[in-house]
Amino acid sequence: MASIKESLSGKLRQYGIIGALVVVVVIFEIMTNGRLLLPDNVASLIGQNAYVLILSIGMVMVIIAGHIDLSVGSQVAFIGGVLGWAMYHWRWPWPAAVALALAIGLAVGAWHGFWVAYVRIPAFIVTLAGMLVFRGLAIVIAGFTMAGFPGGFVKISSGSLPHFLGYAGDFDGVTMMIGVVGVAGMVFAQMRSRATQVKHGIAPEPMAVAVIRLAVISGLALFLTSLLARSSGGTPILLVIVGGLILIYSFVLNRTVFGRHVYAIGGNLNAAILSGINTARTNFVIFLHMGILCAIAAVAVVSRAGAATAVAGANYELDAIAACFIGGTAVTGGIGRVSGAMVGALIMGVLNMGLSICGVPSAWQQVVKGLVLLAAVAFDLVSKRRSKVA
Amino acid sequence: MQDTPILSMESISMEFPGVKALSNVTFKVRQGAIHAICGENGAGKSTLMKVLSGVHPHGSYSGDITFQSSPCHFRSLRDSERRGIVIIHQELALIPFLSIAENIFLGNEQARAGVIDWSKVQQRAGGLMRRVGLNEHPMTRIVDIGVGKQQLVEIAKALAKRVELLILDEPTAALNDEDSAHLLGLVQQLRDQGVTCVIISHKLSEIIGIADSITVLRDGEVVETLHAADGPITEERLIKDMVGRELSSRFPDHVSNAGEEAFRLADWTVYHPIDTERKVVDGANLVVRGGEVVGLAGLMGSGRTEMAMSVFGRSYGTKISGQLYLGGKPAETKRVSDAVAQGIAYVSEDRKRYGLNLIQSVRENMTVAALRNLAKGGVIEAAAEAAAAERLRRELTVKTPSVEAPVLKLSGGNQQKVSLAKWVYTDPDVLILDEPTRGIDVGAKFEIYTIINRLAQQGKAVIVISSELPELIGICDRIYTISEGRITGDVARADATQEHLMKLMTIETKDQV
Repeated sequence: MASIKESLSGKLRQYGIIGALVVVVVIFEIMTNGRLLLPDNVASLIGQNAYVLILSIGMVMVIIAGHIDLSVGSQVAFIGGVLGWAMYHWRWPWPAAVALALAIGLAVGAWHGFWVAYVRIPAFIVTLAGMLVFRGLAIVIAGFTMAGFPGGFVKISSGSLPHFLGYAGDFDGVTMMIGVVGVAGMVFAQMRSRATQVKHGIAPEPMAVAVIRLAVISGLALFLTSLLARSSGGTPILLVIVGGLILIYSFVLNRTVFGRHVYAIGGNLNAAILSGINTARTNFVIFLHMGILCAIAAVAVVSRAGAATAVAGANYELDAIAACFIGGTAVTGGIGRVSGAMVGALIMGVLNMGLSICGVPSAWQQVVKGLVLLAAVAFDLVSKRRSKVA
Repeated sequence: MQDTPILSMESISMEFPGVKALSNVTFKVRQGAIHAICGENGAGKSTLMKVLSGVHPHGSYSGDITFQSSPCHFRSLRDSERRGIVIIHQELALIPFLSIAENIFLGNEQARAGVIDWSKVQQRAGGLMRRVGLNEHPMTRIVDIGVGKQQLVEIAKALAKRVELLILDEPTAALNDEDSAHLLGLVQQLRDQGVTCVIISHKLSEIIGIADSITVLRDGEVVETLHAADGPITEERLIKDMVGRELSSRFPDHVSNAGEEAFRLADWTVYHPIDTERKVVDGANLVVRGGEVVGLAGLMGSGRTEMAMSVFGRSYGTKISGQLYLGGKPAETKRVSDAVAQGIAYVSEDRKRYGLNLIQSVRENMTVAALRNLAKGGVIEAAAEAAAAERLRRELTVKTPSVEAPVLKLSGGNQQKVSLAKWVYTDPDVLILDEPTRGIDVGAKFEIYTIINRLAQQGKAVIVISSELPELIGICDRIYTISEGRITGDVARADATQEHLMKLMTIETKDQV
């Protein structure tokens, strides 16, 4: 029994954040008289927050390695401007314009990565400079707002997966299938890694803990699925993109040599250097990833707005950084997970939407979000201090 | 000799978890004397001074401290400084980009209503600087003067606080001969002005030259206190006091298994990374054969760690010259990854700062240096990694609830084994172990020695850096001594005694030039 308790308390912080999300959702569900979880609101929650989710995936990697990126909002505006220019002035077909945006994202990432990794200027300074430079360039390119893009491009944010499986009652078949297959896949993967541990003589976490954990997460996932399946569109294409990115980057951070090096650099830079890790290259690659993710976020933002404008992406860096910290990423580096940052981003998103539905003015929304961020990090530090005493 | 002491520390005992740092130490200093403390690393010298200066607050130790005939219950450095006890650490506590004058009055600003009175600062600083013989403008920045002068600034800073008892921790360790001589002269001059001094030093000839009394500590206990007035003090006597410990069966049996030459350094010279004129390693030559355990005996600051790290991917120093041979062939290790690829492993003396990522798991720490062996196309094979970590855990008898536990939760000895496991897993030909048993208990030490033996039996060349002489004599086939960056001896196990090694380790090579 002691081991179950120990194992639970160890994971508590990790799952506490999911609990916090549930609490926030329940509070607003009550305050909005059940309007928060209306199927169409859930769908638009994802559409509205796709940019934070995408940017937080990169930001969590940057912060784990002990850096920060203040430029992501400006990058989104700049890359979005180039994207709009290609479609509006050059009349490029939208897939070509998107490819160009990704290439520009890579170039911007290489620019930041070069200064951080090889010239060894602190990322705070490099990306502060980047924030000014790319905001300026965005104004040069998109000072005059460009709008009226091809339908295919706009569909990236407004479209949904086709309903080729038909409907069961008012539930969309495709959405239900994705949800069920996804949950089954997660359960299978967990069981398999458990079996591997047992095979190598490593004591896995107690079965009861694993079952409770899986049951809670599966339950939440299936609940979300059922809501989306009843929304007017079904599964948004943006959700598929974001979900894909989450899976890819969780894998990159947890299972690849590169990912392990990111944690090693952030956890103890000196030890990483003395272990023969090429820290410069790892840092460079981290910023390449951040650049690509900024480009993807730019595509989502421009598609959703239907326009490319120089003021796009204002304060996005702060949203992404806040999402990471709320999601349990350590301020000092070395600790963090993509899933945590995603939950952090959703908490911010639910706060935004809930407060808006309640008619709270945006000025007060900012106050609330600021306090939530402070509370989350304070909770993190205090609980860490307590576990050190114990 | 019978006058009342200015300072009297009676029956001081102090314990850290698992270690008795001081046991029943009684230490008395006469008014207006220079009193030296010497002992091996870890003998308790610094701990005793931390007790005195309030770094270890009243209540964390047992025993009584009396200063100028009244009892002391210091809770912090500030408390002891208020009474006129000032300690100057080996690592100087100066702010590099502030001026000499500002540093002298740091924490003791010459101000009226919070506003600095600059003319008073300059005038008083000038006076203090003349007193210590520091010939610089008071507004010169600390970064722009040498270490020797920085040391003088520290003393001026102490004088500004109306020091009664000045404690100097290894004051000449980083100084050249000229600066050392000046500093020692100044200490004598201060004594004549009535300032009592306590000096901690490894340089025996130096302290014999100036000290009125010398107390020798060993394993947290006072061995004896000698007074110059009672007759001349010899280095031999001090060395015997410092090391006089019996070798017992604290070491596993070891059979020599030396084979072909595995590692050789020729004329290896390394300069200090900041003070680029200072040689930290000076023309070192050494050879280690496969299957051989070779010791590198040197005191802290002798250049032993710096030599190892400069070989390991130039992790230390500048202007590195000389030639490294691996397996008899010239080799280059410009980066750590080159060194690892060519079969060199370096286990750091400071496992928390340079060895481990404490917040990661045992498994992740063990595999990080050889992760590529476990990966296909950049993707780590989780099953293979888990199996490797589990095998290392068993082989090195790491006591941990699971390989998934964070290293943070492990005891010092087990952390050290994880640090060792990480490098064993890279399957090196040459292992450099820097203080492999520092701060761990006797049982864990024995296990580490056993692992070292096993690695040597497998034909690996093992270099053990240590300041614990019994340890080196107990486990090594051969021992090199290093002093002030130079190799001063190559002693076979049969000829190695602690007295002999200590003598070679404290040779002041620079004096002979």
